[in-house]
Amino acid sequence: MTQQKTSITRRSFLKSSALAGGGLMISFTWLSAFSPADTKNAPDVNENWMEINGYIKITPDNIIKILNPNPEFGQNVMTSLPMIVAEELEADWQKVVVEMGPHDSVKLGPQFTGGSNSVRMYWKPLREAGAAARHVLMEAAAQTWGVPVEEVTTKAGMLYHERSGKSGTYGSFASKAAAIPIPKEVKLKEVKNFNVVRSSRKNVEGLKIVSGKPLFGLDYQQPGMLIAMIEHPPAFGMKLKSFDAAEALKLPGIKDVFSQKLYEDGFEQGGFDTRSFNDLLVVVGNTTWEVMKARKKLKVQWEPAGDTKDTMGGRGGKREVLVPGELESTDAQLRKMQEYAAKPAQQLRKDGDPETAFKNAAQVIERTYNAPFLAHNCLEPMNFFAHVTDEKALLVGPLQAPGWTEPTLSKVLNLPADKIEIRMTRMGGGFGRRAYGHYLTEAALISKKVKAPVKLVYTREDDMTYGIYRPMYTATYRAALDANKNLIAFHVKGGGIPEHAIHANRFPAGAVDNYLAEGWQIPSNITIGAFRAPRSNFNAAAEQSFLDELAEAMGKDPIDFRLDLLKRAKENPVGKNNEYDADRYAQVLKLVQEKSGWNKAENKKYSRGVAAYFCHNSYAAHVVDMVMRDGQPYVERVVSAIDCGIVINPDAATNMVQGAVVDGIGNALYGALTHKNGAAEQTNFYNYRMIRMHEAPQKIDVHFVQSDTDPTGLGEPPFPPVFGAVANALYQVAGKRFYQQPFSLQLNSLGVL
Amino acid sequence: MIKLTINQKKHQVDVDPDTPLLWVLRDTLGLVGTKYGCGVAQCGACVVHLNGEAVRSCVTKVSRAAGQKVVTIEGLAARADHPLQKAWLELDVAQCGYCQSGQIMSAAVLLKENKNPTDADIDAAMAGNICRCGTYLRIRDAIRLAAEMQRNPSKG
Repeated sequence: MTQQKTSITRRSFLKSSALAGGGLMISFTWLSAFSPADTKNAPDVNENWMEINGYIKITPDNIIKILNPNPEFGQNVMTSLPMIVAEELEADWQKVVVEMGPHDSVKLGPQFTGGSNSVRMYWKPLREAGAAARHVLMEAAAQTWGVPVEEVTTKAGMLYHERSGKSGTYGSFASKAAAIPIPKEVKLKEVKNFNVVRSSRKNVEGLKIVSGKPLFGLDYQQPGMLIAMIEHPPAFGMKLKSFDAAEALKLPGIKDVFSQKLYEDGFEQGGFDTRSFNDLLVVVGNTTWEVMKARKKLKVQWEPAGDTKDTMGGRGGKREVLVPGELESTDAQLRKMQEYAAKPAQQLRKDGDPETAFKNAAQVIERTYNAPFLAHNCLEPMNFFAHVTDEKALLVGPLQAPGWTEPTLSKVLNLPADKIEIRMTRMGGGFGRRAYGHYLTEAALISKKVKAPVKLVYTREDDMTYGIYRPMYTATYRAALDANKNLIAFHVKGGGIPEHAIHANRFPAGAVDNYLAEGWQIPSNITIGAFRAPRSNFNAAAEQSFLDELAEAMGKDPIDFRLDLLKRAKENPVGKNNEYDADRYAQVLKLVQEKSGWNKAENKKYSRGVAAYFCHNSYAAHVVDMVMRDGQPYVERVVSAIDCGIVINPDAATNMVQGAVVDGIGNALYGALTHKNGAAEQTNFYNYRMIRMHEAPQKIDVHFVQSDTDPTGLGEPPFPPVFGAVANALYQVAGKRFYQQPFSLQLNSLGVL
Repeated sequence: MIKLTINQKKHQVDVDPDTPLLWVLRDTLGLVGTKYGCGVAQCGACVVHLNGEAVRSCVTKVSRAAGQKVVTIEGLAARADHPLQKAWLELDVAQCGYCQSGQIMSAAVLLKENKNPTDADIDAAMAGNICRCGTYLRIRDAIRLAAEMQRNPSKG
């Protein structure tokens, strides 16, 4: 963040230029579009992201092309980001053509899909780009017509001068507008005048999706392209010892079998260079099936890797990290977590005097929650196309964070960044998994070795057993009540493999006089990565279940109890650095209370669970309505209330929340990746249970808080509280609390599932 | 050489007869609308029609399709205007979109055999198709809408 040029003037930030074939191009520099506060919160991608341009092209025949800068993995940015440009441009949405931008951190910004940040970080720059383009078009029309620019108006891609009755399309003024300097300041529209943003627009790639057009990385093909696969060790803690490929090489279509190191010894890994295995056993052939068959003919010896060291670079500075060699099993991991939980931990936050409060308490409630590793299970497995020569590299495929991967490729391939071209395809899901670009680097090294264009393909089994999982978590919550059943102290001690999930400054921090948050972690060779709302996806399950149990012990309604705490946090907050806005938090709870008919008699037929959570700058609350169906608990209906500021594309946003709810129900009930002697015990969808159609609710009603606040995240925030709401509804169904995810295991033991 | 009829077009492919139809479609013929998700008939991303029946092309040997009629998502309707495709667009079903061609192909067989499916019929027919993004509610709604369009074409 040291190279920010916040003094860039507005004039240098927006540039207009003529297109070769006539027409206008507006480009803008990223940084000056940020306020200092925004840059502080923007993701720290790399040194190259400081100066970034995006563009709008308008052709003389009035086609407006908008480049989507950010990778698309289903969050619908191919539609929502161009909508923001079109709004300020006053473009005719029907005439807008959207294209995915290439990786170009200088012109197109951070290009990072993650942290629910796509809309948030591009909101202001894209508005300004649209507004600037509109302004120069108006100037061009004013000059042509000889009228004051103040009298020129725009609507749906047309320019008008009402008094003289003149009008023209944007396209007809595009070439002239290209010569007009961009104004120092652009005026943005008032929220109340929005007519593209806040109105539902269809996915611009919808037709391609339903007609099976090539969109995804796995669909990418080039003449002469080979297929490569990697045989990775059968367990974490193992490595390649030797292999005999004689039989495999005899099979038709097989070109080569070789081993290849991914990173050289001492390679300084950045935060997204995570990889589970460094020795790659590679099979290359003509077609996917030929390679799959050849893999079965490999004779491979694996051996324990023992303790190893990784060299980590990045923000923390260069350091060596020990990777333990143990072949881990889930049972042993759980025992180890219990041992660690009993030891002193790192204090993360302390308010008041929790020790004394707990000592003097009339009642102490203590509960422990556990959750397993989760595999992302993107339906499109990891894959990437690479064509690497001595001079340059072309990479095409699904990737969330090209800006993080490119420096790694540059180092590994020993090519300057400007010789590396990364094109992002639509992703068949991401959920955090595709922020980790090891598979690009693998593909690139394989292409370099075989001197041919190559598509690296992971099978489902490769993908599921590779690692980069949601961590395994535990947390013990304690609450102290006085004789009048008032909450006087709150304590959370969280741990995990290899990290804990605790966000010490989130609710209910700030709402309780005596508060203590602690964390501990156990190193492991099982790799982890961001998984839809990292850490929050466990916290919201554990904390929101605990608050539900606490409310019951205190004789309070679970929503009223939370609202009481939030009132305290608002009126007389405890401590500093409370991350959440108590009003907005309370508002989603009140909205879900109202919309779900929380206290209405007609809803007594449901076993109801409520939960709310704040993460990624947005607020979400759900009421889960469960019934018994065919002897099993079934989530029949969910009511959701969300505050993510301005909603760009309401129907698509609703879709995303509905998806997050289904995803949450599925993972809460069924999601688990367990290990035995280092090997993943789930390898494909027959032993990793995914939620299916008949298990999805009949109805998910999504309500957004009406807001004029700048938009914040939506991909992640609705997901975490689903877990808590499901746990709380299950309690109503089963009469027992659910502390261990996935909840289906406990339901099995209760004989109801 | 194996003779195939895919989307009413004849092809001859020189592949191992054990090759799953999926990989012949994708790698040999470049018809990539049919997706790979699991390879073991668990996710439904690879569903195609073989003589009008929904089959998992990832576990269907190409030899089984020889001389038979295969329809893929690319050939479901000439102008991508099958009621299901229209309904999918009308309700903006997709998120990432990867599973949707398999979902549509499964649903197409359901609608051919059952003009007015109940929710339970839909749930049963679609249980073999995973949507990782969780668009199941919209898929259900889109199948209902497509059924209505099919019964009453003026609604389309």
